[in-house]
Amino acid sequence: MNDCVLLGHGGGGRLSHQLIEQEIVARFGQGPLQTLPDAATLELDSRRICFTTDSFVVHPLEFPGGNIGDLAVHGTVNDLAVSGARPRWLSLGLILEEGLPLATLRRVLDSVQRAAEQCEVAVVTGDTKVVRRGQCDGLYINTSGIGEAIPGFALSLSRVGLGDCILVSGPLGDHGAAVLSAREGFQMQNGPLSDSRPVHRLVQSVADLAADIRFMRDPTRGGLATVLNEMTAGQSYGIRIRARDLPFSPGTNALAEMLGLDLLHVASEGCLVLLCAESVAAAILARWQALPEGVDARAIGRVTDQAGRVILETAIGGQRVVDVPSGELLPRIC
Amino acid sequence: MTRYIEGFRKMDAASHFRTTLAEQGRQLAEQGRSIHLMEVCGSHTMAIARFGIRDFLPAAISLVSGPGCPVCVTDPGYIDAAITLAGQGKIIATFGDMLRVPGSRTSLAEARAAGGRVEVCYSPLTAIELARNHPETEVVFLAVGFETTIAPVVAMLDAVIRQAIDNVSLLTAFKRVPPALSALIADPEIQIDGLLCPAHVSAIIGADAYRPYAEQYGVACVVAGFEPLDILYGLQGLTQQLLENRPHVDNQYGRVVKAEGNRQAQRLMEHYLLPADASWRGLGTIPASGLVLRPEFARFDAVHRHGILPTPGRINPRCQCGEVLKGKIRPAQCPLFGVACHPDKPLGPCMVSSEGSCAADFKYARGGA
Ligand code: SF4
Repeated sequence: MNDCVLLGHGGGGRLSHQLIEQEIVARFGQGPLQTLPDAATLELDSRRICFTTDSFVVHPLEFPGGNIGDLAVHGTVNDLAVSGARPRWLSLGLILEEGLPLATLRRVLDSVQRAAEQCEVAVVTGDTKVVRRGQCDGLYINTSGIGEAIPGFALSLSRVGLGDCILVSGPLGDHGAAVLSAREGFQMQNGPLSDSRPVHRLVQSVADLAADIRFMRDPTRGGLATVLNEMTAGQSYGIRIRARDLPFSPGTNALAEMLGLDLLHVASEGCLVLLCAESVAAAILARWQALPEGVDARAIGRVTDQAGRVILETAIGGQRVVDVPSGELLPRIC
Repeated sequence: MTRYIEGFRKMDAASHFRTTLAEQGRQLAEQGRSIHLMEVCGSHTMAIARFGIRDFLPAAISLVSGPGCPVCVTDPGYIDAAITLAGQGKIIATFGDMLRVPGSRTSLAEARAAGGRVEVCYSPLTAIELARNHPETEVVFLAVGFETTIAPVVAMLDAVIRQAIDNVSLLTAFKRVPPALSALIADPEIQIDGLLCPAHVSAIIGADAYRPYAEQYGVACVVAGFEPLDILYGLQGLTQQLLENRPHVDNQYGRVVKAEGNRQAQRLMEHYLLPADASWRGLGTIPASGLVLRPEFARFDAVHRHGILPTPGRINPRCQCGEVLKGKIRPAQCPLFGVACHPDKPLGPCMVSSEGSCAADFKYARGGA
């Protein structure tokens, strides 16, 4: 077999069959995918499910701390988790560019497999297409996910009250910084590492406190600033956070300093932002900090009466508005 | 743990400055004075907004933003010329800030979406790499900037010449900070009592470059770094000079900034570049405020090489960038601010560049938090 993806791999003939058997069924064929039915048949325990979809496009495909494969699993798993669901099943749609090295595809699929196992989700259906060289950037992935709602969560911004606490589970901006530094070829020692990882255990670890949890989000595109602004838009309350309580990794910080990036605008892919009643904040932090993905968890701020405003108390005690980023992150001139 | 300690130290130092500045404000008020301090450079504008430094200033001290954002002062005709070159199939290599600056009709971002090849660079050296990877075409580097940026761009050109690479050219719009400051200070309509001078530009031109402002015009000058505490210290120093009626050049960044500047960088710049009149968006043409390639290096000049004639370009007549750049109005006083003009759809360059006064105020202050 050739060592790159060929147009024939998507043609439905022998090459396609080979690719599916060797690369997909070999990895994901234990469950419903085994006989390659047109649709997966799934048995539900609960009557409330969460359903989500996301497409993954990243350049480069592999970056410090992960690749597009684990990203595609974590992204969808995390969307389910922050909706208060236990992730169960995933679909996997692949769009491959003609000429993509098979070795790359294998590494990515290995990551999908590993990440799915780690998140206790099964890949139960999928699809593969091949497009001409130049029509896509190596490899795109779409995953859809189904999760079962965890009883007790009633997430709604309408339940937010003055003095409620905002918690984050780990350092901010690591994923965006890692991808940026890989894309631009910065050779940094101890540079940023993507935090691509699941947050479902963080959610499950606080399920018994669900009644006092108002809202959860993972700060992906647009970073923490975007999530906080979504939480306050059009509301009668605002949010105040403190710069000195925000967790950042040293490598990510170094890159941000170098490029003048505002890390509040940079994506994480394994971080959880949670808004809860003050009475449960300490308990949640303690549970999170006992998990490897939550060791750096912090309380970063509170709900205020400044309607619709997100205010940052800066490192020197000044204050400023935290706005959403506009457009792409662009390096400055000097 | 170290983060927390570091954090508290900063807070301690900052609250010390808050007290000092408040006391200085009281003394100014007693003397019936109010002072205007101008931060010359966009990086200072950014840091001031980002760290909420206006919060620390008493009513008697106002901060105005100067012309120190190279993107903001770039003429729309320059953008038009770059778009023309992109249309001819050249690869345009640029710092990201330039992408969304409105030209007369469109921006480079729109030119890119329409199929033009526009590459965002973090360093001028990327242009060399692009040129190597694309021998079939030419890379035009958008050489925009003040002294800080000019030095590395000229070093890149030096490497291009040494390595005999012939598919790189520069579209220059270099600007020099001192002539623009002179023009602002000489303008009777503008009150500037003190200048917060940028450490990085000063590292190249030297702290002595500001002496005429102190000596001839009585303007206090402090060369300050970009950390928030550096800025607070600088503002306190400027105010003190004015309280004591003893304006001079105080170099608070002596570790990096020499009185005479970086001679090596100056020599390299002199070797390749000549002063020329330059047009500043909003300020008009200022004599000898630009730098252009010397005639013997004209073949690296995109304008010369491709025979394009940059025209002044059309500015949105309602944009008040000129007044903002001169420090005559705060961005929020522009009727378009936040209404017709915001970072997603900037009308003027001050809203585009992350260092622009309008963008900084929109992003971080929005009329004061
Ligand atoms: S707000 Fe927009 S239109 Fe007004 S001065 Fe600033 S950039 Fe120009």
